[in-house]
Amino acid sequence: MTTTDASTVGIAHDEVVEHPDTIEMQTLGFWLYLMSDLIIFATLFATFAVLGRNYAGGPTGKELFELPYVLGETLLLLFSSFTYGLVILAVQNGLKKSVLMWLAVTFLLGLGFVLMEINEFHSLIVHGHGPGVSAFLSSYFTLVGTHGAHVTFGLIWMAVMIAQVAVKGLTSSVQSRLMRLSMFWHFLDIVWIGIFSVVYLMGVI
Amino acid sequence: MSLAYIDSTGRGSFKSYLTGFMLSLILTAIPFALVLGGTWSSSATLIAIFGAGFLQVLVHLYYFLHLDSSSAARWNMLTMIFTILIMILFVGGSIWIMYDLYHRMM
Amino acid sequence: MFGKLSLSAIPYHEPITISAVAGAVLLGLVIVGLITYYRKWTYLYKEWLTSLDHKNIGIMYIILALVMLLRGFSDAILMRAQQAAAGASYTILSADHFNQIFSAHGSIMIIFMAMPFVVGLMNVVIPQQIGARDVAFPFLNSLSLWLTAAGALLIMVSLGVGEFSKVGWSGYAPLSELEFSPGVGVDYWIWAFQIAGVGSTLSGINFLVTIIKMRAPGMTAMRMPLFVWTSFFTMVLVVWAFPVLTAALGMLTLDRYLGMHFFTNDLGGNLMMYVNLFWTWGHPEVYILILPAFGIFSEVVATFSGKRLFGYGSMVWATAAIMVLSFSVWMHHFFTMGASPNVNLFFGIATMIIAIPTGVKTFNWLFTMYRGRIRFTTPMYWTLGFIVTFAIGGSTGVLLSVPSANFVLHNSLFVIAHFHNVLIPGSLFGLFAGYYYWFPKAVGFRLKENWGRRAFWCWLIGFYLAFVPVYVLGFMGMPRRMAFYATSAWHPYLLVAAFGVAVIMLGILFQGIQLLVSIKERTALRDQDGDPWDGRTLEWMTSSPPAVYNFPKIPVVNGIDAFMEMKEEGVAYSRPEHYTDIVMPKNTPHGLIIGGLAFVFGFAMIWHIWWLAVLAALGSLFSVIARSFDDDIHYVIPATEVERIENERYRQMAFAAK
Repeated sequence: MTTTDASTVGIAHDEVVEHPDTIEMQTLGFWLYLMSDLIIFATLFATFAVLGRNYAGGPTGKELFELPYVLGETLLLLFSSFTYGLVILAVQNGLKKSVLMWLAVTFLLGLGFVLMEINEFHSLIVHGHGPGVSAFLSSYFTLVGTHGAHVTFGLIWMAVMIAQVAVKGLTSSVQSRLMRLSMFWHFLDIVWIGIFSVVYLMGVI
Repeated sequence: MSLAYIDSTGRGSFKSYLTGFMLSLILTAIPFALVLGGTWSSSATLIAIFGAGFLQVLVHLYYFLHLDSSSAARWNMLTMIFTILIMILFVGGSIWIMYDLYHRMM
Repeated sequence: MFGKLSLSAIPYHEPITISAVAGAVLLGLVIVGLITYYRKWTYLYKEWLTSLDHKNIGIMYIILALVMLLRGFSDAILMRAQQAAAGASYTILSADHFNQIFSAHGSIMIIFMAMPFVVGLMNVVIPQQIGARDVAFPFLNSLSLWLTAAGALLIMVSLGVGEFSKVGWSGYAPLSELEFSPGVGVDYWIWAFQIAGVGSTLSGINFLVTIIKMRAPGMTAMRMPLFVWTSFFTMVLVVWAFPVLTAALGMLTLDRYLGMHFFTNDLGGNLMMYVNLFWTWGHPEVYILILPAFGIFSEVVATFSGKRLFGYGSMVWATAAIMVLSFSVWMHHFFTMGASPNVNLFFGIATMIIAIPTGVKTFNWLFTMYRGRIRFTTPMYWTLGFIVTFAIGGSTGVLLSVPSANFVLHNSLFVIAHFHNVLIPGSLFGLFAGYYYWFPKAVGFRLKENWGRRAFWCWLIGFYLAFVPVYVLGFMGMPRRMAFYATSAWHPYLLVAAFGVAVIMLGILFQGIQLLVSIKERTALRDQDGDPWDGRTLEWMTSSPPAVYNFPKIPVVNGIDAFMEMKEEGVAYSRPEHYTDIVMPKNTPHGLIIGGLAFVFGFAMIWHIWWLAVLAALGSLFSVIARSFDDDIHYVIPATEVERIENERYRQMAFAAK
């Protein structure tokens, strides 16, 4: 080996090489997962775009959707995105108590969103507008419901994180998980922007 | 492990989160108001919905997910752009194929 | 209590099925008995089933792939036998059973043979080729393996409990809808695909992060071995294409389970949307199987020609081009749908363009061999067989990409011949080349060359005998998937095809013999220094089989073919001044547990045993949470232990050199 080779200079630090930054890898890996999840949503959006006007004699979006209600859901989710930002700020400052507090607030806002959506679905189904009525309603329930299922999963994760912060404190692995949950939570908010634009707003005009 | 990592990928401050939140509120309010008000023509409303939605996605990506051109976010940015390309291909392709078929069968 | 499940689900009235089930159960009992007799359960559990070592996981993937190869090949024998007999008005299988068999053959060969084989080879090789000690997420890796195994087990169980899908491996709607397929067969197919698909997506993420973040210092992107490059692009295809399948199958599931109307005939459903989505995943999937093989051929050609790969940069860019193009050609699978000429033209031309980068690759392999010192080892035989045969399959592909020709050939045996003609040489021959090439690295001894060559010739000749007649039959207008037919002119060709399958069977038999003979003569075939082929890339630097940490000290890379350069400079085996402690992941049973629960979940969903499905889902959720509370997931190999292992290796190498 020629010792003057430029490419070998400065990379003899064993420590850097022997311990690849696991948190950085976890962040990237989770981001890749989000990207693949985005493709699932893209598929559901494409299906809604193709089938969303096939009412098959059933009700249309214009007859079913109540925009003020949807605006309420949207605001809950948006507020929770902001409060999760406050979780991350508290993590950066090492304030365990405010981490727990803002996690709890975010959890409640997210729970409010899920409950509103369950209520919306429930009232649609009891009025005979269930997912089996038409291709439009199938694709509507599936697209919105998949998002709702993701939010529900996020809530379970958040509950686990509240327990982990309380039990373990802000260890590096807990911090890393809080960061990834943050990515997940903001990601779901972005998907929701697509849903209220394409499904609800476009469905009503 | 120090907090250095959080600082490098989650460069948030209270001010930036608040800015993002406010911008999102405005960009949510505009399309809802337009549709609820119903004063604009439907094609103009449609363009406004998509414009506001697109802008709000950018706001979320920048202020909440801290996606920018910095080196820490390089792979995130690269994969995001790739994902958007693939989404355009899949969603656009599907819509093109299926609507073409729809018109042929009318 | 047990949903739709009852004793009548056991197909005891089908003699062929029930004897296959009896055989499988008996074989299983013999294996269990042997493990118990030799008291190997603890060893198996501790060293293999719960292992997070990427090499062990890789070997388990390949074992799964080989077992499923036998299953899928048995289906092929039955199909060929049925069609050969049907012309002489005998019948071996009922139409129902025949339909299940061709559906199972396709599903198994693609998802449970080729995919695990690909991922298995990547597991064994990639970390070593990039100079790393493991993959990025070892636990996720074990989880992926057990999810794939759970899916495979579901298909195996469908043989003896209930039935398998009768609607083909692609599960076209509305035939796969409840109205036309009320049985559990389609559900077996859905859940097997879905569970294995999640495993594949996780593997994809894992290997992308591994390749991006864990390369040895100095290994810039354009110094990565070609197999690493093709694996990288393969995993891009996995991560960005599999979600479409997940969503499409999810919607089909909702149609079947909750009475929705995505792909049904009535209430606004659109069956062509299913076909569209299936192939949006399905076409990239073909390249998921072929790209890794292209990487293997590139490694093999360079090594056994004793030359650096010709046109390395063009190889990388050709792979990138194929990757991107493969996302944009899916519509060529349903040209006959009735789209307007514009649509067909776009996808037809996009398809033809793929032939260009593929041609670049072929010429690069040929130029690598040109004026090289070629050693005709078994991996090289498979490579040469591939180049010749694949060129034919590729040409028929270009022919099929012409929409007007496609209207004539669609759904005929010509299509069957074409995709076997690209997938068998393009994917399977590559996987075999990789199997022979890296076997000594993974296991520690080489495979006997003589039996390998016999197996190769049987496979190659058998392939031509089996599929050239199928091309002819396609031109004669014989449709695919026929259990019975009344055209006597087809019969002679089907007899030849059946004979070809028998020759391939001989090839598989020889491969089995080769494995047994090599195990028996393992001391003579021992790979002493870890570099049996005079290799060029970093995986040949480690011992065979490698120590758990692969590299005692992470190597520094100065160019393409890093290990060859080290050997030329005489520093390949120089020892470091001192060894350091090495941190490795601890084994864990969580992957195995979640895989098991996924199987139970799938089975419960298939048979509508809702309480069990809920329990299994909660169980895997609880398992994930329990794992996340465990911080003690690493162990340290002290420097003295590393030194002891390395001393032992150098002692052995010195002994072998005498």
